[in-house]
Amino acid sequence: MFKAFLIKYAEIGVKGKNRHLFEDALVHQIKVALKRCEGKFFVHKTQGRIFVEAEGEFDFDEVVACLKQVFGISGICPVVYAEDAGFEQLVKDVLSYVDKVYPDKNKTFKVNARRANKNYPKESMEINADLGEAILNTFPEMTVDVHEPDILLSVEIREKIYIYSEIIPGPGGMPVGTGGKAMLLLSGGIDSPVAGYMIAKRGVKIDAVYFHAPPYTSERAKQKVVDLARIVAKYTGPIYLHVVNFTDVQLHIYETCPHEELTIIMKRYMMRLAEKLALDTECLGLITGESIGQVASQTMASMAVINEVCELPVYRPLIGFDKQDIVDVAEKIGTYETSIQPFEDCCTIFVAKHPVTKPNPKYIRRHEEKLGEKMEELVNKALETVELIVVE
Amino acid sequence: MEIYLDNSATTQVFPEVADEMTKIMCMQYGNPSSMHLKGLEAEQLLRKAKETLAGILKCTEKELLFTSGGTESDNLALRGVAAAYQRRGKHIITTMVEHPAILQTTKYLEEQGFEVTYLPVDGSGRIRLEDLEAAIREDTILVSIMHTNNEVGAAQPIAEAGALIKKLNPNTLFHVDAVQGFGKAKILPKKMGIDLMSVSGHKIHGPKGIGFLYVGDKVRLKPIVFGGGQQNNLRSGTENVPGIAGMAMAAKRLYEDYDVDVCRLADYKAFFIAGIREIEGTQVNGLLPESPNGEGTAPHIVSVSFRGVRSEVLLHALEEKGVYVSAGSACSSHKPQPSATLKAMGLPNDLLGSTIRFSFSVFTTREELEYTLTVLKEILPVLRLYTRKR
Repeated sequence: MFKAFLIKYAEIGVKGKNRHLFEDALVHQIKVALKRCEGKFFVHKTQGRIFVEAEGEFDFDEVVACLKQVFGISGICPVVYAEDAGFEQLVKDVLSYVDKVYPDKNKTFKVNARRANKNYPKESMEINADLGEAILNTFPEMTVDVHEPDILLSVEIREKIYIYSEIIPGPGGMPVGTGGKAMLLLSGGIDSPVAGYMIAKRGVKIDAVYFHAPPYTSERAKQKVVDLARIVAKYTGPIYLHVVNFTDVQLHIYETCPHEELTIIMKRYMMRLAEKLALDTECLGLITGESIGQVASQTMASMAVINEVCELPVYRPLIGFDKQDIVDVAEKIGTYETSIQPFEDCCTIFVAKHPVTKPNPKYIRRHEEKLGEKMEELVNKALETVELIVVE
Repeated sequence: MEIYLDNSATTQVFPEVADEMTKIMCMQYGNPSSMHLKGLEAEQLLRKAKETLAGILKCTEKELLFTSGGTESDNLALRGVAAAYQRRGKHIITTMVEHPAILQTTKYLEEQGFEVTYLPVDGSGRIRLEDLEAAIREDTILVSIMHTNNEVGAAQPIAEAGALIKKLNPNTLFHVDAVQGFGKAKILPKKMGIDLMSVSGHKIHGPKGIGFLYVGDKVRLKPIVFGGGQQNNLRSGTENVPGIAGMAMAAKRLYEDYDVDVCRLADYKAFFIAGIREIEGTQVNGLLPESPNGEGTAPHIVSVSFRGVRSEVLLHALEEKGVYVSAGSACSSHKPQPSATLKAMGLPNDLLGSTIRFSFSVFTTREELEYTLTVLKEILPVLRLYTRKR
């Protein structure tokens, strides 16, 4: 029976003169997302509303699942619409709607009519009263409650007439693309995909970088990262995944620097490389999945030392999250199952038994100096050989 | 360059087998149970395949049961015998180094109230006949021993075990998992006291998804799959005609050139082992103490431990050079899963995670092995430079 959806959006509504930019971005994101669904859809905005109308057959559940992945949508209302064929016909349509959608009539309701078409012969209040009366007469079990109704039945009169009452919650946030672009440091773990998801939810477009270390990490580990990017891309749209061959950089650090400091120095080089790639691709910041104290390299002291190598802001949306909080989001967005596949553990040689948790920046800098010009060459080579994978 | 030395995992299909199968799928696609001409055509393909395989095993065509592969054959043998003979006894004997298709099935049977004895192996991966002798009881209904170990290539004393079992308890049935042995050894069930034997198609250059179970004519079996009653009601489901024909064709081809091929593979194995010995810090596993060249073991499997290198890293490093091998054990720093076979053979802990399996096929050439040895000599010193610092 539902042939259309009314899309509700929350924060966009308060964006003042930029509002149309946000709305256009949302319309665009909805169109992109609906390409994954079977059927033809017409997405348009009218007077502060976005409507998705299906042309012909479509799978209701599939479309709802898809819309639930579009940031910026706060609610999805399945809508029945009809041509304006007089008030009597409208009464019939409303009664039929109530009958079909609510098999159990033991409910309170309120009619909320809105007359966008001011030429319509009845005023909103009048429509409310007349429709309410018709419902009460036809379904005697139903009662009116204007304060906290079980069913808030909306009737919008435009060029067509729209009837809806259910609101399916959307993901919230803002349409991707309205907040600029950032570079996500993506690993095969649980945290980084969640971090990307959270920043993208604020309207930010995501590029990603993955540090690959063959033969210490396998092709399957890389495939896992691509799979994770693909899941995140359902929410964010296509992701440009930059795969950096990091082996030589890692081995050089391994040979030159104290073992306890390996991870810190390695991460500093990851940040440097990520920043270079970010600047090349017009990203305005870096995103990591760090959370205070989770591992040795994520203590406040370690992060301060890691952070000092780059000038771009580093966004760490999970910084105050417990592991379980992160797992909960990962499960919700569907990355958890993929993240826990065990492919990435062969680079243990790069992990010290007792890594530093309070690195001294002076020592770290001094030890890094020893890496010398050779490191510059290796870094440049890594940048030259980046493999770009477009993940859709 | 692609050098495939993982033939114990699976093999390349013979091109003529693929051609034949394509022809069958496109032209002779009938269901052997159909009464019309297309059905008859398919039935004749089945019959021809059975004749071929029965000729190789020197058994009757009625003693062959087609399955989806080695795992199903093993399941059907163990569960089918257990169900049919449980009133006679509930004791089963197998070894500690079997494939999971056996070990997981015996685990299931233990849950069903069967008692299972697991025979240990010596340093070369072979069972001792004394242990088998001591384990056989009045109520032992089944002994299941693999022909060739998939991880190290140890060849079990099958004929001797068969004779011993029949001598001690003529009622005890003998199942042999010959998934790794068939095609690389001559196995004649009737001469070796074998009552049931599992074989897989894709290990012998045939297709995946097909295998067979030899079931001696005196063996009673209960089915584990129910349906339309095909194959004497023992394995319902429309026969995989192209797969069966392809497997039989591949087996025929292997056994036609058997003597030459196996001789060559054994030479290669001796050559490869000698090459490995030139590399410092290596150990070849599963050899018999009396024949350091590999005689008396499977001609196509060489298991090597490389001291100080994680097997998965070495595997990927070889992969970068186009050489495909298997890790002797799964590698994961959080969940170590050392190979049960290597452990049972008494391999020390530091070598368990450093073991690589090279497995050859009739396509393997001496040049490929020379190249592999060269690559090993080149990458091992580099990989050994980078080991986890303490």
